[in-house]
Amino acid sequence: MNDKAAHTHAEGHAHAILRWSDDSAHDIEETTRYPLMTEAIRQILVEKGIISADAVRHLIEQMDARSDVTGGKIVARAWVDPAFKERLLANTKEAIAELGIPEVDATHLIVVENTETVHNVVVCTLCSCYPRMVLGMPPEWYKSKAYRSRVVREPRAVLKAFGTELADNVTVRVHDSNADMRYLVLPMRPLGTEGWSEDALAHIVTRDCMVGVTVPRVPAKAHAVE
Amino acid sequence: MSPAVVSPRRFAPGDRVTVTYTHPPGHRRIPYYIRGKSGLVERYCGAFPNPEELAYGFDGLPARHLYRVRFQQTEIWPTYDGPAHDTLDLEVYEHWLSPAEEDAS
Repeated sequence: MNDKAAHTHAEGHAHAILRWSDDSAHDIEETTRYPLMTEAIRQILVEKGIISADAVRHLIEQMDARSDVTGGKIVARAWVDPAFKERLLANTKEAIAELGIPEVDATHLIVVENTETVHNVVVCTLCSCYPRMVLGMPPEWYKSKAYRSRVVREPRAVLKAFGTELADNVTVRVHDSNADMRYLVLPMRPLGTEGWSEDALAHIVTRDCMVGVTVPRVPAKAHAVE
Repeated sequence: MSPAVVSPRRFAPGDRVTVTYTHPPGHRRIPYYIRGKSGLVERYCGAFPNPEELAYGFDGLPARHLYRVRFQQTEIWPTYDGPAHDTLDLEVYEHWLSPAEEDAS
């Protein structure tokens, strides 16, 4: 997010003044001002011995290692342990710390719960803010202008395009992750998972379920090929 | 969270607030579509260095209070094609908010 935050939020009038804020720069394969500055600073810091190339590599490796597996574990625990779920919703950081997942900083994470009457879906209209600490890197569609502009305005049509149709009595609640908080959707546990292990449950909690564009489903055993 | 918040909070959950309708140039964290709209404070998120200053290399202090505000979709989009109970939540810094004026409707 940080690389984009500085130059994607000004639109409209602002374009005349801040030419570098043109969002289309992200769609062009060329080395633009900020990547170039970043690379230059990195090289100088390494040359001066202030940081090592290995330290930079290690941090990138750590960042890339984050994935939706973490989010799945959190959701599965919430499904099997109602007291944990209450703590997760009320005090997210402390609850996630209980799980002993190293290096997950959930300080600014808000968990929003799907119920029979509320369906949550997350977007960042200004750039691509995403709960990377629990879901890893965002998918391309999450960063697309089409998703970002449409899901706030016609969320039900967008959800339908993802194969998710919601009844009119369900409130669709869009969360625009536009500032400092990040959002994780806690989906409903699907029927047919009674007695499942926490690990088995975690496997059906996919990234898209936790962004809120779909819901967890039980794989159809009947279709298994002999 | 942040050491240098100057003022006490102006709003509490449940307060009806309006986002200022204005279009200053520069880095703003308030999407255009929500400017001028009114909603209810859903929760207080804490105080954060002001991103409108951070974007230009300043320290963003004093930190600003941040709230989550819940809006009715039908109030944001006059042509909203969905049930009246659908909502949108987003985060608004205190300096973009004022108490909503009571309207007769």
